[in-house]
Amino acid sequence: MSKSVAGFDWITILIYLLLVGFGWANIYSASLGSGTPIDFFNMDAPYSRQALFIVLSIFLIILILSIEAKFYQRFSSVIYTISLLSLAGLFVFGSTIAGQTAWYQIGPVSIQPAEFAKAATALAVAKYLSGIQTNIKDFKHQLRVFLIIALPMILVLLQPDAGSAMVYFSFAFALYREGLHFAYLLLGFFAAILFVATLAFGPLWVIGGVLLIAIIVYLKNRKRRPNILKYLFFAAVAVGFSLSVNYVFENVFKQHHRDRFNIVLGKEVDSRGIGYNTNQSEIAIGSGGLFGKGWTEGTQTKGHFVPEQHTDYIFSTVGEEWGFLGSTFILALFVLLMLRLLYMAERQRSTFNRVYGYGVIGIIFMHFLVNIGMVIGIFPTVGIPLPLLSYGGSGLWAFTILLFIFIKLDSDRMSF
Amino acid sequence: MRKLLLYIIILTTGIIFLARLFYLQIMDDSFTVRSQDNAIEVVYDYPQRGYISDRNGKLMVSNQPSYDVMAIPRNLKPFDTTEFCEILSIEPEELGRRLDKAKIYSPILPSVIIPQLTKSEYAYLQEKMRKYEGFYIQKRSLRDYQVDHSANVLGYITQVNQKKVNDDPYYISGDLIGRSGVESVYEELLRGEKGVKYIQKDRFNRDIGPYKDGIYDTLPTKGKDINITLDAELQAYGEKLMENKRGGIVAIEPESGEILSLVTAPNYDPALLVGRKRSPNYTKLYYDSIANPLYDRGLLAEYPPGSPFKTLTGLIALQEGVIDTEDRFSCNNGYNYGARRPLGCHAHPSPLDLVPGIAHSCNSYFAQVYRKTIEKYPTPQEGMDTWNKHLQSFGLGQFMGNDLSTGRPGKIPDADYYNRIYNYPTYKWYSTATISNAIGQGEVLMTPIQLANMTATIANRGWYYTPHILKAVEGDPIKEEQFTVKNITTVDPKHFDPVVEGMHQVYKSGTARTLQIPGIEIAGKTGTAENFAKIDGKRTQLTDHSIFVAFAPVDNPKIAIAVFVENGYWGSRYAGRIASLMVEKYIKKEITRTDMEDWILSHSLEEEYAKPLSGEPFIINR
Repeated sequence: MSKSVAGFDWITILIYLLLVGFGWANIYSASLGSGTPIDFFNMDAPYSRQALFIVLSIFLIILILSIEAKFYQRFSSVIYTISLLSLAGLFVFGSTIAGQTAWYQIGPVSIQPAEFAKAATALAVAKYLSGIQTNIKDFKHQLRVFLIIALPMILVLLQPDAGSAMVYFSFAFALYREGLHFAYLLLGFFAAILFVATLAFGPLWVIGGVLLIAIIVYLKNRKRRPNILKYLFFAAVAVGFSLSVNYVFENVFKQHHRDRFNIVLGKEVDSRGIGYNTNQSEIAIGSGGLFGKGWTEGTQTKGHFVPEQHTDYIFSTVGEEWGFLGSTFILALFVLLMLRLLYMAERQRSTFNRVYGYGVIGIIFMHFLVNIGMVIGIFPTVGIPLPLLSYGGSGLWAFTILLFIFIKLDSDRMSF
Repeated sequence: MRKLLLYIIILTTGIIFLARLFYLQIMDDSFTVRSQDNAIEVVYDYPQRGYISDRNGKLMVSNQPSYDVMAIPRNLKPFDTTEFCEILSIEPEELGRRLDKAKIYSPILPSVIIPQLTKSEYAYLQEKMRKYEGFYIQKRSLRDYQVDHSANVLGYITQVNQKKVNDDPYYISGDLIGRSGVESVYEELLRGEKGVKYIQKDRFNRDIGPYKDGIYDTLPTKGKDINITLDAELQAYGEKLMENKRGGIVAIEPESGEILSLVTAPNYDPALLVGRKRSPNYTKLYYDSIANPLYDRGLLAEYPPGSPFKTLTGLIALQEGVIDTEDRFSCNNGYNYGARRPLGCHAHPSPLDLVPGIAHSCNSYFAQVYRKTIEKYPTPQEGMDTWNKHLQSFGLGQFMGNDLSTGRPGKIPDADYYNRIYNYPTYKWYSTATISNAIGQGEVLMTPIQLANMTATIANRGWYYTPHILKAVEGDPIKEEQFTVKNITTVDPKHFDPVVEGMHQVYKSGTARTLQIPGIEIAGKTGTAENFAKIDGKRTQLTDHSIFVAFAPVDNPKIAIAVFVENGYWGSRYAGRIASLMVEKYIKKEITRTDMEDWILSHSLEEEYAKPLSGEPFIINR
C-alpha cells in the first residue's frame, strides 16, 4: 500500500455515512413495534438487524479498500460469471417469498443475489468497453455489450422482479458516454412517452396525435422536399408500437401490473384498494409539513399506515417526521452524491474506471428516480429500495460494494 | 454534450422531486387533516354534571347514567338491521335516515343514532354490541330530578345544536347542554370540563397506545355543585296554590335580593323533559299555545301593575316635595280632570291623606298627586322625564341584570314616548293625558319579578340588591359585585316610612283586612287591573287581573312577594290570599289560615279562562 488514506474520496464517504446513519434513524422509527419494548439485542427487530448490517458493512469496506485496485478489473469476468451462476442457482436452491424466488436462505441469513449482480454487471461492462479492440459504434460490439447487460436482467426478470430488472436500463448512460449513438437514448425516451400516453389516453388518441405531428412537421419542411415515405415509416412504427403496448397491457400484463400503472396515471382513485400504498405514503409525507413531526413522533409511521415503510417506503418516514426540510436534505445528499461521482468518473484516466463509475451512477440514479418517484406518487409502484436508506442487508452491502470499489478505483487512478 | 447529459437529468429529477414535495408538504393542507383523521382517535370522557340544591341544602337535581348509541359512519360494516331495529324498537327506514344524516354531518366523527336508551335496552344491546361494528355506546349523565316543581327555574338539558357546535369548540355533536333556566345560565359551572384522550391508531384501526404518551390528554373535571336561592318547600307550596290558575309568584328576600320563589302557572314536572320522552313531551308543551306552560309568567309577562304602583306615585311625590304626608285630597267616587270619563274610584272616607290613601287605594288621591308631580316642572316633558328617572332607580323599565335565563324590561314611559304618540310639537300633551300612570294603568307595564323587587325595595326603605338565583358554588357564597352591591333609589329613606305605614294599614283596615295572618305584621297592597284581548278581531275586555304585593314582618322584612293571577277578579280575591299564605308558609313554616288555604285550593279559574274561547258572549268580573 503506497497510498495513504488521504487518497480516498472523503466527500463521497461522508455522504455515504450520512445516508446510512440517517437511514438507520428512520428504520428505527418506522419499525418501532407497538407495545414491544425497545431492545437492541432483539434480532427480530429491523432496527437491530440493520445496525448489525451497518457494522458488517464497515468490515466489508475495509476489505474492499485493502484489495489491490487491479484485482477488480482483472477478475471482473470471474465475478460476473459467479454472479450469473448465483442468479441461475436461485431456480434450484432459492426460496420463494411473496411470489419472488429471489433469496438464498442460509440459516437465519437471507441473501438476495440480484442486488450484488448489479455491481458485477457494472464491472463486466466496464471490462468489455475498456478492451482495446472494442468499438461501441460497431453494431457487433453493441450486441455483445447488450448481451452482457441482458443476461442478468433476464434472470432477474424471471424471479420475477421487474423493478430490479428495470435498473439494468441505466447502463445506457455509461454506453452513451462511451459513444453509443444518441438515437438509442432518444428512441428509448420516445418509446417511454408513447408507452405512457397509450396507457393514459388509449391507442386511438395516440395514433391521432402521431399522425397530426407527422403532418405538421411534413408541411413545415415541405420546401426542402422531404421524403414522404420516411415520415410514413416513422408514423407507422409509432402506431404499431402504441398498438402493441396496448395489446401487451391488456393481454400480457397481469391485473396487479395494470393496477399499478393506473394509479399513477390517475385512472384509479380507490384509496382503500390498490391505491392504498401511494395514498398512505402521500398522506404521511404531506402531514409532515415544513418541519415534520419529529423523530419517532410520526403518527402515520407509528400507526404503520404505510406498508413496507422501513423498506421501499422509508422516504415517507423521512417526509413525515423530518418534514420538507428533512426531505430536501435527503434529496440534496443524493444529488450531491451523484454529481460527486460524475466528477470523479470524469477525472479517471482509464476507460475501465470511467465506465464503472458511470455504471455506479446510473444504478444509483435509477433507484433514486423510481423509488422516490413512487413514494411521492408520480411514478408507478415498482418495488425497489432507496439506496443506503432502505432496510435490508443485501441492498446495503450491494450498494456499499458498488460504491467502495469505485472509491478504491478512484484512489488508484494515477497508477496507470 | 455526452458529459453533460447525466448532469442535466440528475438535476432535473432533483428539481421535479423538490417541487412535488413542496406541493405535498407545504401547499396542500388536506394531507395534514387526513393524517389526523386516520391516525388519531379522539375519545371524550364526560364528567358528572354539578348537582343543584336549594338554599337550605335540599337536593333538587342530581344525575342518572344514560346511554346513547353512537355511530362512526366510516367504520360501519354491514350488519343485521332487522335484529338491531328490533332491539331498539326503531323502524329500519328511520334508522337509515339517521345513518344518512350522520354521514352528511361527518363520516369520521361520531353521531348519536339512538339517544338515551332505557336500562333494559342498554343491558340487552351491550351483549350484542360487538356484532355492530362502527356502533358504540356512549355513557353520559342525564338529570335526575328529586323534585316535581321548579321546572321553569331549573331549566333542562338537551343535545347541543349545530350552530353551537360550530361557534364553540368545546362542544361536539351529541353533547348535552343547558337550554334554559339555571342549567343554561350556569352551564359552564355545572358542566365541568370533559376529559379528552388522543389515541394513536394503526392501519387496522386498532389502539396502539396514547398519542405522544398522552401529553395532550386531560382528565374530566366534575361540574360544580351549586345552591340556588329558592326555598324548595316554599316553591312547591306556591305551585300548589297556583293550580288551576294562570299567573306568577315571585318572592325575594329583601336583605339579600335572593329569589325565594319563582312560580309560573301553569307549569310542568321537570322530569318530563328527561330521556327519550323529552322530545314528544316538549313538543306537547311547546304547542300548548293556550295555557303556554313553557312561558315563565314570573319573568316574561308584562302586565299593567295596577294599584301597587300607587306606592311609587306617592314616594316620588314626597321626594319631589309636591306633597307632604298631611296633604289631603278629596274623592267624589272618582277624579274628574276634564276628560269625557272621570277616573273612577270606589266608596271610602273622603278626603284623605297619604296613609289612608294607600290603605283605601284611592284613585282620586293618586291622580292628583301624580298631576302635581308632573306639573311641578315648566313642561310636561321635564316632569315626565323626572318621574321616569325615579322609576328607573327602582329597576323598572329595564332588564335588571339578574342571572335568570329570560326576562322582559316592562315599560316605563318617558317624554320621548309621549312626544311620539301625540306627534309633538304639532300636538301638545299635558299631564292629564298620562294620568292613568298614577294608578299603574295607562302605559306602565311591569313583570311580576319587577313588582316583587319594588316591594323588596320598599321593605328595605330605599335600596335593593339585584334579584338573583345563584346562592353558592361548592358551598362558597357568591361574591359577584352585580349581586352584592346595593342599588340605592333616588327617593330618600325617610319618605318610605309613611308609605310602609300605608301598606301596613292595607292589612289592618284597608283592602286586605280579611287576609291577616295571626302573629305576623304584614304590609301589602292590592291591585286590580283591567285587561283586554282581541277576540275575533274585536278588542274585548276580560275579567280583571288579581294583583297583590306584600312584605313581612313590617319592621324586619324577611320576604317580599308579588302575586299575579290572570283574570282573578280583584286583588284580594286570589292574589291577596296566595301572597298571605306564602308569607305565612315562609315565616311560620306552617299554615294557620287553613280556611284561606282551602278556599284557594278549591277554587279554579279554568272556567274563566274558557270564557273567551267559548265563542259565546260572556260576562266579566262575575
